[in-house]
Amino acid sequence: MSETLPAEERSGITRDSLGVGIATGTYGVSFGAVSVGAGLDVAQTCALSLLMFTGASQFALVGVIAGGGTPLSGALTALLLGTRNTLYGLRMAPLLGWRGWRRVGGAHLLIDESTAMGVTRGSVPAARVGFLTTGWTIFVLWNLMTLVGAVAGEAIGDPRTYGLDAAVGAAFLALLWPRLDEPRNRLVAALAAAVALGVVPFTAAGVPVLVAGGVALLVGALRRERSEVRP
Amino acid sequence: MSLWVALIGAGIGCYLLKLVGLSVPPRVLEHRAVARVAELIPVALLAALVAVQVFAGADQRLVLDARAAALGAAALMLLLRAPFLVAVFGSALVAAVLRMI
Repeated sequence: MSETLPAEERSGITRDSLGVGIATGTYGVSFGAVSVGAGLDVAQTCALSLLMFTGASQFALVGVIAGGGTPLSGALTALLLGTRNTLYGLRMAPLLGWRGWRRVGGAHLLIDESTAMGVTRGSVPAARVGFLTTGWTIFVLWNLMTLVGAVAGEAIGDPRTYGLDAAVGAAFLALLWPRLDEPRNRLVAALAAAVALGVVPFTAAGVPVLVAGGVALLVGALRRERSEVRP
Repeated sequence: MSLWVALIGAGIGCYLLKLVGLSVPPRVLEHRAVARVAELIPVALLAALVAVQVFAGADQRLVLDARAAALGAAALMLLLRAPFLVAVFGSALVAAVLRMI
């Protein structure tokens, strides 16, 4: 773990991570507004963002409640979506190389975006910078903006006006981009996107992404390794 | 079940799901199938996140709107090797401008 990270690489990763963090964290305002609209109070809304801190699960929980579901079914949907983060953890554990209290603390920041910004790095220090910068930026902004959204409700204005919803899609694409040079990855990406869109009309928000994770499981389990060489 | 119990229970549960993932012994990854799956999972999830972020509308319908044009713009910028932030905020700008028209 004595590897050091060149200053230039560190600042590059920090800059990119801040960009993703700001674009994503701002979305907390929409969660706050949606949650209050679903009937939760401001304290419950903020508690969700602090404790659960995984957007799809939070949206799912308040979505179920807004649709007349029970708190129990809302909680179960949130947990089902939260299993995605277990898969991220499996992938990130060797890259982050944390033990003890660092792992206990770092685990809370384990979400889509922090994983995405950490997983592409070539070394442990680089992965940690990407993961922590993204995770902390989103944690702070997400909770602040949840409060703002909950208090101000719809009056705050829609982040869509600023195109930020489109920016999140573009950020995911930009993260996916370097992985698309492998034919196998292109196949999996196309399959996953098609499967996710195919199930959107029939499933709760967030589930399509989980189902697409199943595509990775299937392809990974069924396809024989063509070569032992890894790029 | 009261709402508060559901919130706190699900919150703690979601945290534990994260911690379990980070705590699985590293040798699990040495199994070839596990390693392959773990490598493909982010590809599948990122692709699905792109698709859902861009094409899923309210009430679980698929829609084609300014977000699709913004994604196309982002893809074009990435093809031209634009930096990450240029692609991300450039596409936000495209969406914002299209919505103003």
